[in-house]
Amino acid sequence: MYKKKECVAMLLAGGQGSRLYNLTETMAKPAVEFGGKYRIIDFPMSNCVNSGIDTVGVLTQYQPLMLNEYIGNGQPWDLDRNTGGVMVLPPYQGKKSSDWYRGTANAIYQNLAFIERYDPDYVLILSGDHIYKMDYSEMLDAHKKNNADATIAVLEVPIEEASRFGIMNTDEEGRIYEFEEKPKKPKSTKASMGIYIFNRELLAEYLRADEQNPKSSNDFGKDIIPAMLADGKRMYTFPFRGYWKDVGTLTSLWEANMDLLGEDPNFVIHDRDWRIMSRNNAEPPHFVGGEAKISNSIVTEGCKIYGEVVNSVLSNGVVVEQGAVVKDSVILSGTHIGKGVYVNYSIIGSDTDVGKGSVIGRPRDVAEDITLVGVGLTLPSGTVVPAGAKFGASDIK
Amino acid sequence: MSATGIIFSNIHDANIPDLTRMRTLASVPFGCRYRLIDFALSNMVNSGITNVNVITHYNYHSLMDHLGSGKDWDLARARGGIKLLPPFVSAFANNMNQLYETRLEALKSIHHAILHITDDYVVMSDCDVICNIDLNDIINDHIEHNADITVAVKHVNLTQEQARISTIYTSNEKGEITDLMSYPSDFSGEADVSLNILVMSRQYLTTMVLDAIAHNYVSMNRDVIRRNIGHANFRVYRYDGYFAVISSLSEYFAHSMELIARDDVRTELFEEKNRPIYTKVRNSAPAKYITGANVKNSLVADGCVIEGQVENSILFRGVKIGKNTVVKNSILFQDTFTGQNVSLNYVLTDKDVVIRDRTTLSGAETMPIYVAKGKMI
Repeated sequence: MYKKKECVAMLLAGGQGSRLYNLTETMAKPAVEFGGKYRIIDFPMSNCVNSGIDTVGVLTQYQPLMLNEYIGNGQPWDLDRNTGGVMVLPPYQGKKSSDWYRGTANAIYQNLAFIERYDPDYVLILSGDHIYKMDYSEMLDAHKKNNADATIAVLEVPIEEASRFGIMNTDEEGRIYEFEEKPKKPKSTKASMGIYIFNRELLAEYLRADEQNPKSSNDFGKDIIPAMLADGKRMYTFPFRGYWKDVGTLTSLWEANMDLLGEDPNFVIHDRDWRIMSRNNAEPPHFVGGEAKISNSIVTEGCKIYGEVVNSVLSNGVVVEQGAVVKDSVILSGTHIGKGVYVNYSIIGSDTDVGKGSVIGRPRDVAEDITLVGVGLTLPSGTVVPAGAKFGASDIK
Repeated sequence: MSATGIIFSNIHDANIPDLTRMRTLASVPFGCRYRLIDFALSNMVNSGITNVNVITHYNYHSLMDHLGSGKDWDLARARGGIKLLPPFVSAFANNMNQLYETRLEALKSIHHAILHITDDYVVMSDCDVICNIDLNDIINDHIEHNADITVAVKHVNLTQEQARISTIYTSNEKGEITDLMSYPSDFSGEADVSLNILVMSRQYLTTMVLDAIAHNYVSMNRDVIRRNIGHANFRVYRYDGYFAVISSLSEYFAHSMELIARDDVRTELFEEKNRPIYTKVRNSAPAKYITGANVKNSLVADGCVIEGQVENSILFRGVKIGKNTVVKNSILFQDTFTGQNVSLNYVLTDKDVVIRDRTTLSGAETMPIYVAKGKMI
């Protein structure tokens, strides 16, 4: 009955993202806003669609409400399909057992039935917390050409940073002979991006075996990949050249936003051949007032700018009142920056009201750490938030 | 109470011939990211009308492209949704194949579709009026007064030029229509001018159309309304919100500039709670300001990249403003590209226009320069 799919993508979107502090208080990390009008998950979702993959399972667990609502029937990404399309896959109660997702491999194991309905030859495993543009079809071509059992996308990282990643040691052909998770003395600079293609039947076999092992942590990096390597399976790297950023921390989230700015940005989103799709809010175009000053910034629909915005990224519906200055900052949707407010080197969560004359953070050259004001707060006039402070609704009783 | 919508996409095309040479009035871009039909469609959708028929005439490719399946207005439905009704041209050619010219003729040509309407009421709207209105208020007023036809009007002060393209209603204190003037050439002053939004029951519409076919009536104003004033219950519904009629290129320009100059207009059109204006989603990246950009008093859509100076202007999606370029009092449609050291003042560029380096164009407030679609200067 179901039309066969060559490749099904499984997008791991259950991450809590605790290093994003209050931004993930009410939503999973992939639902966090990024780059003005996007959420992090728009990037892997758009990559799938732009690569010709039309069946995507999104595995959710932590605070899924926002993500469920955002993904909906997948229409903004053209994933409302007769067969396939996008499907949100939360943990469920089974006949024999019911369980939360215990690890990345366990999450896929619990949804093998979903994958097998489409009888795919390949399964693409993705993570919902990275910002990048990638043509997965090129990776799949390489996988087929190498006659591989598994292919892992890797990024060249500086040797001094290599010990933060899972490092692949390969021969000249790119075949992996060793995998080291966060090695103290890295032998190579090929870091895993958390993007895997597996032959489906082999993956199912290893996932089922892994479930039988009570000592396993049910994780791709820690269990499945080492097990396959130990059995001498054909595992290849796929070198990725381009922008890729793990936005797991406030600083990296801020940096990734800043990477969009400038005449020749590190990360280009104005690429018409690789559009990043997102759910639209039907907001009017943004208005720039008579005394506004906007420089080196990104501004989107629904914003109203009467003050000064420099080196910043504003999400939809942000208002910057007269005399306010927003500098080196990321302001999320629907937030109101009152008259005469100074915002420096900060991230301000969505739907927050910053009362007039408030001072948030300090200039970047003197502030030691980024400042975070959480989601849905009301800061009274004249509030001073010291540089490096991080707080949200749960910190205020 | 349920209602079907009928939108006339081509009536009034002649008001702005420059902009409708290659498109319907309905698909004329307006307000930085919208097309005129977005207002009529959003008003219907926001009023709970989910059966919408769009009557087209000619030049409607751009309209079809804009509407697609209707999903951006939430009108891609298994039941109802949006339906385009292009002219019904018979293969057995005889005199029947003439295209309609009036609203009533258009309705006659789609009488087979009208007979299939199952909703109790029908709301008709043209595309030349920009407003954000709750149509339920008109429908409820219509039902409450047991009216045959209810016409939405607004009390305004008309210039002679505006009156020439307006339909003006006279009514008594009860709201009953006592007279109407279509396109008077020597009228100016205060009057109740039609918003070109009409409500009637399905039965009344069906009878009216079949009767018009039988008697070869051609004009709704002349043959239906005027003929029956005093006999039928024709009423006005007085609307007092913002509305703008696109009656000429200079009016188009003036109403566009109103969006910049008047906060209240933007608020009323775009920030009405639960009544957003929908449009085709294009997935443009957010607008980007490069260092050196200087933008004041302007509306900017997503996808724009700005390096130069922009003042009192409207930039549609995907417009590029080059280094040292100065754009003032201008409206640049989708994907207009300006090079470096360009100077524009009172210019209206259609889609995909390229203005090369060091070009200067300057029009006047009452006579903006219009640059046709795809031109390179």
